[in-house]
Amino acid sequence: MKKWKERGMRAAFLAAACVSVVAVLLICIFLFVNGVPAMAEIGVFKFLFGTTWRPSNNIYGILPMIIGSLYVTAGAILLGVPIGLLTAIFLARFCPKKLYGPFKSAVELMAGIPSVIYGFFGLVLLVPVIRNLFGGTGKSILTASILLGIMILPTIVSVSLSSLQAVPESYYEGALALGASHQRSVFFAVLPAAKSGVLAGVVLGVGRAIGETMAVIMIAGNQAVIPDSILKGVRTLTTNIVLEMGYAADLHREALIATAVVLFVFILILNLSFSLLKRSRENG
Amino acid sequence: MVKASNQKVLSRTLSALVYIAAGLTAAVFLTIIIYLLVMGLPNLSFDLFSPKYTSENASLLPALVNTLILIVMALLIAAPIGIGSAIYLVEYATRGNRFVKLIRVTTETLSGIPSIVYGLFGMLFFVTALKWSYSLLAGAFTLAIMILPLIMRTTEEALQSVPDSYRESSFGLGAGKLRTIFRIILPDASPGILSGIILAVGRIVGESAALIYTAGTVAKLPKSLMSSGRSLSVHMYNISSEATHIGEAYATALVLLVLVLGINLLSGYFARRLRKER
Repeated sequence: MKKWKERGMRAAFLAAACVSVVAVLLICIFLFVNGVPAMAEIGVFKFLFGTTWRPSNNIYGILPMIIGSLYVTAGAILLGVPIGLLTAIFLARFCPKKLYGPFKSAVELMAGIPSVIYGFFGLVLLVPVIRNLFGGTGKSILTASILLGIMILPTIVSVSLSSLQAVPESYYEGALALGASHQRSVFFAVLPAAKSGVLAGVVLGVGRAIGETMAVIMIAGNQAVIPDSILKGVRTLTTNIVLEMGYAADLHREALIATAVVLFVFILILNLSFSLLKRSRENG
Repeated sequence: MVKASNQKVLSRTLSALVYIAAGLTAAVFLTIIIYLLVMGLPNLSFDLFSPKYTSENASLLPALVNTLILIVMALLIAAPIGIGSAIYLVEYATRGNRFVKLIRVTTETLSGIPSIVYGLFGMLFFVTALKWSYSLLAGAFTLAIMILPLIMRTTEEALQSVPDSYRESSFGLGAGKLRTIFRIILPDASPGILSGIILAVGRIVGESAALIYTAGTVAKLPKSLMSSGRSLSVHMYNISSEATHIGEAYATALVLLVLVLGINLLSGYFARRLRKER
């Protein structure tokens, strides 16, 4: 009797462990089965590199959205990574002891703020500021980049911080002993040793920025054309799906699912590079 | 060689950069909180919590109720599965096992998938293929998959932090594997597991992209699990795109923010308790 119970529960735990595998398989199958035929029908090249997105005329080119996603992600990285990394260095090596706790919880809380709140904040504060400074509608690549830069801050800070803290104290002390100042020891002895961890944080940040949807939709303007300046509105892969899924039918609907497939492949590549980075950190 | 005076300049510049960046991060956080507090507080009113949503009064109560239902259902699905698989990974599987590696890869994949992709999958699978239409049930299942990797990871960490001596003593006293797990290991790891679950609640409350095309956007109190209903975050998105409800939008943003921050603080409290016990 007892033996059966032991075995039964073991099987139940094993079954639970299989659920995540099944979930990933289901997600892949449903996305690819629904999206790939549309890509074939439109033509893979035309779909990926077509510069016009006009569903009413059956023209489906997602290049503007791919470029849009790349632009806002690059902008977010450009703004978020330096500030996030320096903040992590502050927390690891410059922060007064009393400030460390509250500051770190603030960063953790920032990670928990919902994207609609960030979006709303961007809409009511950031958009008017950009409009007053640079003219136009204020909904632009620049606005989206700033907001996404803020949103990836907590990711960059916490991942960089934990890899900085994992560097052995002897690196810092060794540099000090050789006559380097506190700052030089941190930047030229500790930081290089934490490089792969910082890079992993950047990759995670890229994933978050490229996958962000609701915040971007509220502040990026959403025009499906290739922008010619950072003050122009932009549409990303993610927002394209949300904006049109509500009324899309037939090929249009499938083209939107194919958009998600492209996004999904981007994310899978990022995940792969993230786990490669993590492995190199564990080995090195 | 760096000259002494150059070293001083360099050091000062680096210091300045570090302090400026930290100041910026802190300023952004405080700006968001203070701005929403200042704009949201005056707009809070009892009308916001009336049980009926009308086009004049954008009440958030129905959305709040929907959110609670989504939380309970998603946790009922994801918590047993997540905790169960963590137990398998930590207590049963042998280290370096192929199957364990496969699960690691899949959970990492799951946690990297953007919420809109979950939403689309939920729409294709639960809403369309299983014919549940836009419903709280479809939303809850989508959310359950989304929070699964989070619960698995935090539970795993909590289980791994239980010292092996506890297991050995329990076995030594003649307890079986199951008794050891349920009587010794789980109680000891419970603050960590709880912290993960609360974190998952926070993610559910904040989620919007995964719900728009699964649970839908109907702003009424639900009749059953099969009725469509917007969560608080979806509600927030919908009213912020309507120019007529800007006051309500500020107030709703404040309610949502306070809710999420409270949940995250609670989770942090339990996580710290686990660490202190060790």
